Amino acid sequence: MNWDWEFVAGAMPGILRGLLTTLEITVLGSLVAYALGLVFALVRRVPKVGVVMQAFIEFVRSTPLLVQIFAVYFLFPSAIGVRMSPFVTGVVVIGIHYACYTAEVYRAGIDAVPKGQWEAATALSLPKRRVWTSVVLPQAVPRVVPALGNYTISMFKETPLLLAIGVFDLVNAAKEEGAYAYKYVEVYTIAGLLFLLLSYPASLLVRKLERRVAHT
Amino acid sequence: MSHTPEPMVRFDGVVKRFGDNVVLDQLDFTVAPGEFVTLIGPSGSGKTTILRLLMTLERVSEGVITVGGEPLSHMRRGDRLVPADDKHLAAARRRIGMVFQQFNLFPNMSVLRNITEAPVHVLGLSPAEAEARARDLLELVGLGDRCDEHPSRLSGGQQQRVAIARALAMRPDVLLLDEVTSALDPELVAGVLDLLGDIARTTDITFLCVTHEMGFARQVSDRVMMFDHGRVIEDAPPEQLFTDPREPRTREFLQAVLDRS
Repeated sequence: MNWDWEFVAGAMPGILRGLLTTLEITVLGSLVAYALGLVFALVRRVPKVGVVMQAFIEFVRSTPLLVQIFAVYFLFPSAIGVRMSPFVTGVVVIGIHYACYTAEVYRAGIDAVPKGQWEAATALSLPKRRVWTSVVLPQAVPRVVPALGNYTISMFKETPLLLAIGVFDLVNAAKEEGAYAYKYVEVYTIAGLLFLLLSYPASLLVRKLERRVAHT
Repeated sequence: MSHTPEPMVRFDGVVKRFGDNVVLDQLDFTVAPGEFVTLIGPSGSGKTTILRLLMTLERVSEGVITVGGEPLSHMRRGDRLVPADDKHLAAARRRIGMVFQQFNLFPNMSVLRNITEAPVHVLGLSPAEAEARARDLLELVGLGDRCDEHPSRLSGGQQQRVAIARALAMRPDVLLLDEVTSALDPELVAGVLDLLGDIARTTDITFLCVTHEMGFARQVSDRVMMFDHGRVIEDAPPEQLFTDPREPRTREFLQAVLDRS
């Protein structure tokens, strides 16, 4: 087995375009997961509606992401008339999937706000909405940022599942580049290294954040 | 007592149970406007529960609480009283303020914003009005120069002063003090108590105070109520209660508190 540098040079632009797509999906998916996760966490506290929300969360968490990707991409167009591009499907499905995990993170963060804070807010007659926006969430959210970061890293590593519906993510791009020359060692090695190169520093950053949050 | 003016606070047959545990047992008492009433008694005797019921942090199991002539725990429906809903509680609790043992300042806000938050968002003051009020109050509690600090940078005594200013900013008719010096280092206690004494003397706020500081209770109270097992067992002016208690149980309790300090 020999390593063909010339082939690598030719394949790099394609692979980097794939990396860009992977990063785009990760960033957009994270934004969806962060925002929707908070909404899910809050809806879950509403009587009655919360039970339905909880059931949805459990359903999403108990079924494979790949199945959800297939379901939305192949079933939604005929079932409910919603047709989305592979890229948009990826962002939406991964975003909602991870929202069901970040919802739990937010819940823990909200529960960690001391009871005395709620009581002080009540003693001041602050309206419910204001209690959330100015007292509870500003204390809960900063504490959960590291946990959210961890989910972004997992999400980053799960984007290759989207090659099943034809998204040109990093792995799919590597696969395509490899297919031209029937040389897969170089491209998959590079893809793997790129994942490592981004995930590892990101996880160091999360750990640093965790330490900082623990000190406040 | 039929000639006295409408009481500020009135408990009528108030019962509070947590599960099978009866914390307050058929409690009847009134507090007159501007009166400073201190509640003493062994822990678990229900003193703090009275404050928490008044602050609407707990709901009564039976009986009715009235504040300023208006039912707090209940609301009028026709000529009947029905248990209060959230909306009624929200309106009723506005006349009442509370200072907590653990201060409970909002750690995500500056000292100033801790105090302006509710006046702006509850009373509808303009930010400038609220800030002026907050600065005056911080001056009053001796922290005029700490407006922009975060609570975590202040000592316990300073945090409690901010909490007092925060409660006063809402101009309450009734102010509840729940063991406000219990979490403080001993050398900081006197300053906070002096401040509260000054406020009690110079305002017409009605105070209900739970404390173990018997010297303070004796100095500032108009009346002291001794609790045991969810009942008032003695209710007297401080001079009488502290020097010549009627009930053996009161005497025992005071002796125990004196021995400890």
